[in-house]
Amino acid sequence: MRPRSLVVPIALRNGVLHSLQLLDNRMRLFNGRGGLGLGLTAKESHCAGIRRGARFSCRASKLLGITPIPDILDKRLVFVTGKGGVGKTTVAVALGLRAAEAGKRTIVCEVSSQENTSRIFDHTEVGFHEVKMAENLWSISIDPDESMREYVLLQLKVRAMRDLLFRSRIFSYLAAATPGLKELVTIGKIWELAQLDRKVKSGRKYDLVIVDAPATGHGIGFLQTPRTFAAIARVGPIHSQAQQLDRLITDQAHTGTAIVALPEEMPVNETAALESELRSEVGVAVDRIYLNGLYPERFSKEEAQRLGELAEGENGVARAAARAAASEYGRARSQRAQLARLRRRVEAPVKTLPFLFEPELGVKAAGQLARKLS
Amino acid sequence: MPPVDEILEGKDICICAGSGGVGKTTTSAAIAAGMAARGLRVCVLTIDPAKRLADSLGLRELGNEATQVDPELFEQHGVEMKGELWAMMLDAKATFDELVARQAPDEESRDRVLNNRIYQQISNALAGSQEYMAMEKLFELHTEGRFDLLVLDTPPTRNALDFLEAPRRLTQFIEGRSLRVFMKPTGLAAKVAGRGASVALSVFKRIVGFDLLADLAEFFNAFSGMVDGFQARAKRVNSLLADPHTCFLVVCGPQGEPINEAVYFHRKLVEAKMPFGGVIVNKVHYPAERLRGDSADLEGTLTAKLGDDDLAQRVTENFADYQALAERDARNIEHLAKELRTTGVIRVPYLDEDVHDLGGLAEINRYLFATSEERVELAAGRGAA
Repeated sequence: MRPRSLVVPIALRNGVLHSLQLLDNRMRLFNGRGGLGLGLTAKESHCAGIRRGARFSCRASKLLGITPIPDILDKRLVFVTGKGGVGKTTVAVALGLRAAEAGKRTIVCEVSSQENTSRIFDHTEVGFHEVKMAENLWSISIDPDESMREYVLLQLKVRAMRDLLFRSRIFSYLAAATPGLKELVTIGKIWELAQLDRKVKSGRKYDLVIVDAPATGHGIGFLQTPRTFAAIARVGPIHSQAQQLDRLITDQAHTGTAIVALPEEMPVNETAALESELRSEVGVAVDRIYLNGLYPERFSKEEAQRLGELAEGENGVARAAARAAASEYGRARSQRAQLARLRRRVEAPVKTLPFLFEPELGVKAAGQLARKLS
Repeated sequence: MPPVDEILEGKDICICAGSGGVGKTTTSAAIAAGMAARGLRVCVLTIDPAKRLADSLGLRELGNEATQVDPELFEQHGVEMKGELWAMMLDAKATFDELVARQAPDEESRDRVLNNRIYQQISNALAGSQEYMAMEKLFELHTEGRFDLLVLDTPPTRNALDFLEAPRRLTQFIEGRSLRVFMKPTGLAAKVAGRGASVALSVFKRIVGFDLLADLAEFFNAFSGMVDGFQARAKRVNSLLADPHTCFLVVCGPQGEPINEAVYFHRKLVEAKMPFGGVIVNKVHYPAERLRGDSADLEGTLTAKLGDDDLAQRVTENFADYQALAERDARNIEHLAKELRTTGVIRVPYLDEDVHDLGGLAEINRYLFATSEERVELAAGRGAA
C-alpha cells in the first residue's frame, strides 16, 4: 500500500518542480534525497521529506508546460534491453540524466565491459568502480570476475581467506565451469547496488539503478539466469540467493524493464518477440518500449510529390536537395508504418525518440534525448 | 575495393563478422544469394535466434538441415539464378548433441552426458557454445563438400571476437589439467563426496551447494572419454578458419562506434593470422552528386522554383542535415580505410526502403557486386541521400 502523503508544489527551479511532501508515518521512504538545490540543508530537507519531481506534482508541472519524469524512473531498478545497435546505451544514459536532473541519485551500470557509457561522457574507463559522471549521476562497468571476488568476500567475510581461495586453481576452474555463474554474480552486484543498506562498506546509496543490459539473444538469457540457476543449484546458499534475485527481477513495484527498438521491419518483429518471451520465460512485464531514431515528418504527401517532380526537371544542388526531401518523406512514412505495427503487436506503451542529426552520439545527444523521454 | 565476387574468387568459406545491429545477417544472405545467382552452389548459415534470415529468404522454417531457397522467388525479383542457394538456421543444442553422440565411445557415456543437467545448461545457454557450434557446423559442412561456398553469419555476440576463441575456450573447458585430476577415480567425484576435500573445494561446495558440485563432477567424468576427440576436432576447426580458402569479411555501420569496433576486429583477425578479405559498410549516407552551380543560395533558388518559402526552407534544412550525415560517414570511412591500410571499402548506401526480402537483397547486391566506380555512379543515380 502506498503511504498516504500530501505533496505541495513549492518552487520552480531549473525547470524542475520542487515539492514538499509530507508523509505520515513513512517519511523515511523519501528521506535525505533531493531538495538540496533549494537552498535547504540536507538535514532540513531530510526533516521535511522534500522530494523533487514527486508524483503528485505531475499534474501541476503539466499545467506549467513541463514534462513530468517518466514513471519508469520512479522504480528502484530499471533494465534497458533490446537488440544490438539500437541505441541501448544512449537511452540508458538519457534515462540516467533525466533521473539525475530530477534529483535522484542514479547509477548507470554496464555489463559488457565495453565502456560505452564512459565513452559517451568522454570519461576515462571506469572499470569496476562507481565513478561520478554528472551531478547525481554515477557509472560502473560490472566485471563478472570482480563481482565474484566481492561476492565470495561477502560470503567468507575474511579477505585473506578469499584471496587464498582465488589463488586455488580448482576454485577458479570450477567457477568458470559452472554455467551462468558469471551472469548470476553480475546480477548479484546489481542487486547490491540497488540496496539502501549497501553490503559493500562505505557504499553510496542510490535512488535508482539503471542497467544497460546485454543485447538480446543474450539479453533474455541474462534476465533468466537467476531462474535457471535456482533450478540447477537445488539447495545451498546460492540457490536461495538466485531465488532472491529472480524475485527482484520480477518485482514490478520496484523493478522496471524498457526495450529499445528501431522503426524498421525486423527490429519491430524482434521487439514483439522479446516482449512476449520476457513475459512467458522470465515473468517480466515490459514497462516501456522506446522506439529510437524516428525521423521528423518534414513534408506532406503533396509536398513530396511536388519535390519529386521538381527533381526530375532540375540538376545540380536543387535536384539533390529535392531528392533528399523526397527520400526523407518516404523514410519518415515507412517509419510511421513500423511504429503503428509495433503498437499493434506489443502490450507495453510505445514511446518515440527522435533521430538526432548529430555527428556523434555523445553526452550532448544523450541530454537531448533525456528531455524527450516520456 | 573490388566487388565481392572477386574477393571470394576461389574461396570455400566466407565469414561475415561484426558487432550487432549492423546488418550482418542481411549482408550474409545477400552475398550468398549473389554468389548463387552467379552459378555456385552456396549455403548460408545463421545462428541468429531471431530467425531474421528466414524472413529475408522467404523461408517459413529453417532447421538444422540445409533447405534450398526456391529459385522462382529470385526470378520474381528479376534475378536469374544460375546456381543454387541453400540456407540453414543452426540449432546450437542439436549440433552439440550430435557432436557428443559422434565423440562418445559408447551409448552409455553418450546418454550420461546428454542427461547431465550441467551439460543441458551449457549446450543451451552458455555464452560461447553457440559460437562454437557455428564453427562446428561449418566444419562439418565443409568436410562433406556438398557446397562450393559456405557463408557464415556470425552470432550477435557482445564481442565480435567471441567466436574466434570459442573452440579454444570449449576445449580448455573440458581438457584443463585440473580436470584430469578430477577424472581419476579418486578425483573430484570422490572428493566431493568424501572427507578429504581441499579448502577450495569445500568453500566452493558451501557456496554453490553439494548438488551442483556433484553434477559438475558427474559432467566431467562423463566427458572424460571424449576429451581427446574434442581437442583434435577443435584444432582442425581452427586450422580451417585460418586456411587461405577461408575469407573474413568485416561488416559495420558508418557511425563512430561500429567503425571503431570494425578497426578493433580487423586488428584481432590479423593478430590471430586469419585471412581478412575486406570490409563492408552498410547504411552509408552518400554525399550528394558533385554539385554544379552555386549551392550558397539554395533556399532562394528553391523559393523561386516552388513559390513557397516555408517549403523551400524545410527542404534546405533537410538537405543540410543529410549532407552533415554524409560528411560524418565519409570521415569515419576514411578513418577506417586508413586504419585497415586498405584503399577501398564497399559502401552500401542507406536505401529508402528497409531491406527484408529478396528484392531488397537484390538491391544491396547491385552495390556489393559492383566495382568502386560503378558504385559511385549507382549512388549518384539514385539521389542525394
